[in-house]
Amino acid sequence: MRQMITARLQRSWDLRAAGNFIGGGAGTGLVLASVLLGDGGLSLVAGLALVGLGLAMVWLEIGKPWRALNVFFHPQTSWMTREGIVAGPLMAVGGGYWLLGHPALLVPLVVLAAGFLYCQSRILRASRGIPAWKQAEIVPLIITSGLAEGAGLLALFAEPAPAVLAWALAAGLAREGAWMLYRRGLVASGNASGALAIFGSGPAQAARMAQGLALALWLLALAGLPVAPLAGLLAAGSGWGIKALLITRAAFTRGASVPYAPVRGRGLPMALGGR
Amino acid sequence: MTRYVMVADLRRCVGCQTCTASCKETNATPPGVQWRKVLDIEAGQYPDVRRIFLPTGCQHCDQPPCMEVCPSTATRKRDDGIVTIDYDICIGCSYCAVSCPYEARYKVESAEYVYGAGPISQEKARAAQQKIGVVTKCTFCVERIDAGVKAGKVPGIHPEATPACVNSCLSGALRFGDIEDPDSVVSRLVGDNKWFRQHEDEGTGPGFYYLWDGGRP
Ligand code: SF4
Ligand code: SF4
Repeated sequence: MRQMITARLQRSWDLRAAGNFIGGGAGTGLVLASVLLGDGGLSLVAGLALVGLGLAMVWLEIGKPWRALNVFFHPQTSWMTREGIVAGPLMAVGGGYWLLGHPALLVPLVVLAAGFLYCQSRILRASRGIPAWKQAEIVPLIITSGLAEGAGLLALFAEPAPAVLAWALAAGLAREGAWMLYRRGLVASGNASGALAIFGSGPAQAARMAQGLALALWLLALAGLPVAPLAGLLAAGSGWGIKALLITRAAFTRGASVPYAPVRGRGLPMALGGR
Repeated sequence: MTRYVMVADLRRCVGCQTCTASCKETNATPPGVQWRKVLDIEAGQYPDVRRIFLPTGCQHCDQPPCMEVCPSTATRKRDDGIVTIDYDICIGCSYCAVSCPYEARYKVESAEYVYGAGPISQEKARAAQQKIGVVTKCTFCVERIDAGVKAGKVPGIHPEATPACVNSCLSGALRFGDIEDPDSVVSRLVGDNKWFRQHEDEGTGPGFYYLWDGGRP
């Protein structure tokens, strides 16, 4: 029987929740880019601040903000708890590395930032009520998007050295690949027509074009043209736009499922529970 | 072991929403919150178009994704299969709501009453401040079941131990009971009829069975 469409847009998470994925993704992406490319200065602090800003947005959204510590209760299975657990050490180690610059802190900092980004991707993946989020390919998409956004911000904040430009180009290309896979997965799942329509809308197309333009500009910047700041702006802003759309507009439920229509008019014998 | 489930006989449901009203009255859910609801669905293509009334709500899943994601452990599953929320622990993050494939969960930010500014007597008696800012859903009227069982009553047989929606259903479409008991009404209904559960592909093992055809004409 043809499945009736009763899917609707979720109303549980709004722009504040999207803010966590925007701040956390770009922030950890910036932390990773800045420490791996040898710039542990202000860009590292900016990355940590973005992560903190994202978490503050979540705090604003939860219904009982003064119970926020309860978020740590369920590390066994909840990716939200795991994100919360990683956040503290990430801030501490990041702050320590910024202050002391001790190389022993580099590895834990990279692991924590990558872990935080991974947790974010799994938070969406575990949201089983929203087909556009639970799609398996959301994991590489969120990770590569965070990396591309962070690399873009580094090109804004710091001297766009060739290594930074190459990293940004690689992250942007990886994001393109992840996007293709994600879209293909959504189409194959057959449960996300609403989300696909949103991704075909004007704002989503504009964000996607900005992502493509950023890639072209990274190439030009590598060739010596002074376009890196613009490329960075486009790489970060476009990723944020897509995430905002993903959380607030492409987040449709599956709706009800009725694989068989009821056969009416036969009644049930008393023995089978009839009345 | 006990596993409480609900059975909805789609052949019998007439879409009267008495269960919906009964649930709202019993649990004093705020405007817009429907722990029990009956979807009125038009399905198929001309000339084979059907109208289907689908009672739904929390399916009290065997593997509840809401419980898996809950960062506070407010959402738990009892040994009898009933999925509960501890309103004193819940932080109102709504992660469970986006993880439920059955759209069964609700969060209200501030006290709202059915007739505007003040609560009516039922809301005064039942609506609880502790349900504001947290997530709520159908509980299978768990307090009623517990009190009834304690008093020696059998859920699904005695109204004192049976969810309000089932008690109110005028067509006998909604049934409740222990599916682990082979003699229970729900076991016999599920055993003798064709049924489906919603979104089986999710692997959640919903405790809500929909009868759609009889074992015999
Ligand atoms: S129906 Fe939804 S809220 Fe109820 S147990 Fe299943 S996942 Fe949880
Ligand atoms: S809203 Fe409450 S019950 Fe739902 S996931 Fe958050 S803490 Fe758990």
